[in-house]
Amino acid sequence: MRVKTYREAIIEAMMLEMRRDEKVFIIGEDISGGRGCGDFEGEAAGGPMGLTQGLWDEFGAKRVIDTPISETAIMGAAAGAALSGLRPIAELMFSDFFGVCFDQIYNQAAKFRFMYGEQGATPLVIRTMIGAGIGCGPQHSQSPYSIFANIPGLKVVTPSNPYDAKGLLISSIRDNDPVMFCEHKSLLGMEGNVPEDAYEVPLGKGKIIKEGNDITIVAIGQMVGITQDCVSKFEEKGISVEIIDPRSLSPFDEEIVYDSVEKTGRLLVIDESNPVCSFGSWIASMVSDEVFSSLKAPTRVLTPPHCPVPAAPNLEAAYLPDLDRIVEATDYLTNYS
Amino acid sequence: MQLSKDKLLDAYTRMKKIRVFEETMRDEFAKGTVPAFIHLYIGQEAIATGVCVELTDQDSISSTHRGHGHCIAKNSDLEKMTMEIFCRAEGLCEGKGGSMHIADLSVGMLGANAIVGANAPIAVGAALKQRVLGENLVSAAFIGDGASNQGAVFESMNLASVLKLPALFIFENNGYAEFTGIDYHCGGGDIAGRAEGFGMPSYKVDGSDFFAVQEVAAEAAERARRGEGPSAIECIAKRWYGHFEGDPQHYRTKEELETIRRDFDPLIIFRQKVEDAGLIENNDLNLIDDELSNQVTEAVEKAKNSPLPNVEELTTNVYEKGSY
Repeated sequence: MRVKTYREAIIEAMMLEMRRDEKVFIIGEDISGGRGCGDFEGEAAGGPMGLTQGLWDEFGAKRVIDTPISETAIMGAAAGAALSGLRPIAELMFSDFFGVCFDQIYNQAAKFRFMYGEQGATPLVIRTMIGAGIGCGPQHSQSPYSIFANIPGLKVVTPSNPYDAKGLLISSIRDNDPVMFCEHKSLLGMEGNVPEDAYEVPLGKGKIIKEGNDITIVAIGQMVGITQDCVSKFEEKGISVEIIDPRSLSPFDEEIVYDSVEKTGRLLVIDESNPVCSFGSWIASMVSDEVFSSLKAPTRVLTPPHCPVPAAPNLEAAYLPDLDRIVEATDYLTNYS
Repeated sequence: MQLSKDKLLDAYTRMKKIRVFEETMRDEFAKGTVPAFIHLYIGQEAIATGVCVELTDQDSISSTHRGHGHCIAKNSDLEKMTMEIFCRAEGLCEGKGGSMHIADLSVGMLGANAIVGANAPIAVGAALKQRVLGENLVSAAFIGDGASNQGAVFESMNLASVLKLPALFIFENNGYAEFTGIDYHCGGGDIAGRAEGFGMPSYKVDGSDFFAVQEVAAEAAERARRGEGPSAIECIAKRWYGHFEGDPQHYRTKEELETIRRDFDPLIIFRQKVEDAGLIENNDLNLIDDELSNQVTEAVEKAKNSPLPNVEELTTNVYEKGSY
């Protein structure tokens, strides 16, 4: 077992792909260490969260490109570069900033393949940080992946652990469509087994984290770990829970969920996005449409309330689904008759 | 520098092809055969041509909603292009783009764009190939005076300047942002001056005069190829017709429209200059006119008689085949 953090796994994936393919480069704010590093000596900072540490030192300023704070120009340039044959990784430091650059993502990059009739691919990865949990407040803590997943042409990935973070990022970089790679800021220090080689975790393939018979819980991103933390509680109550991590939301592994619900007859989705038109509600709707006759209880989606992410620690804690709410929802569904 | 006769004939052909094509599209639109909105490029032929004669197929352009002229100037296949504007299955974009989203990647035409100003960063992205792979190329964004007010354009100029990318910002100042005159919409009124503020050489030229545009485009392209960074060119020209076909143009006077045709016809200006200088015989140009007229008529007839896409194609090309 080779233990690495989620952050190290992400860096390693980029490092390996940049070594493999000279067309892969990274562009974003402060990714080398500020000012393009210039005459700087010593190890470069690699971004405010250290997510690009070591890349400038190995690949230099030609392929690790610091930019002004100009998300529209970054995303648009990355889109244009991808359309022209390069394979950019563009960093959107916090996913909340999509509001200032979404045109380049959803009207441009996501549509090139379709509106240009398959003349070219758009091999673009937008790495972006999502999620609440560390007190960043309303404009640095959101999880807008449901909005991304609503856009045809975009792929959306939500790794929940270091192993998947590396494998999914390698797959995303090799993919020929634009991918919104949603890194959860609360997970950056999470440790786990990360093999040394450049392995792929395929997009569109979910994973059964724990097998069980009484209820299917689909958890997204940070919610996977929070659900795993509830397992001993479930066991105390004699409830056999099956936990599924979809790993990517678009494409989404519908079959793994249908198969599980056919076995358990119950579905709970735990989703960090806001509840209205959330990705979780889409999963629940698909399950109702496709495997209705297997259901022994209504489907349930657990999300934060329909409000922005607050800064106060007690409010933020109340915002996120937690052990008590997950256990309560599970009790409700398993006792439903 | 004196241009060769071949280059002059090539330039005239591109400009005249744009004119004949757009006049034909105007007629077709009036007849109701074109299945979408169109925005005509007539009056601005010298701009696209003056820039694109300085570019190769390896160089890129990104275009606007008024993009037919850029396609032709960048040497797109006329038949496939016409089919696309008629939304046909065999069009450049298989009928899924239409007039406002037409692209021809085979000649570096990275797309018309229906989001005003959004094409500027895309051209900057193509220019990144010089930095990342060391390729010798130039990438030009065509930007209207209306688009010149967009944040995406400012960000693009700044990024290109900071990274010293081989990007050309070609401002087509035709006096109107849709219906709104530049006297109203452009603070300070000086687009070239704004561009200069981003730290790049900036030119203001007569956009009705091919030679004025071509001369500075050549200089800017050379500079970009040498790795010395971006330039901006503001080309002042006239938009002969409405924002879109069918626009009654209540915001313009009859006198204005008449003067335009008399004093600002890029084709007349070109003919006068080459004939006065004895560079090309009048007859050579007339032959080109006849040939183009036939070519365009044929392309339009062929497009109109070719099939629309199959309905099964509705959901194809969204993602790479087999990956979703």
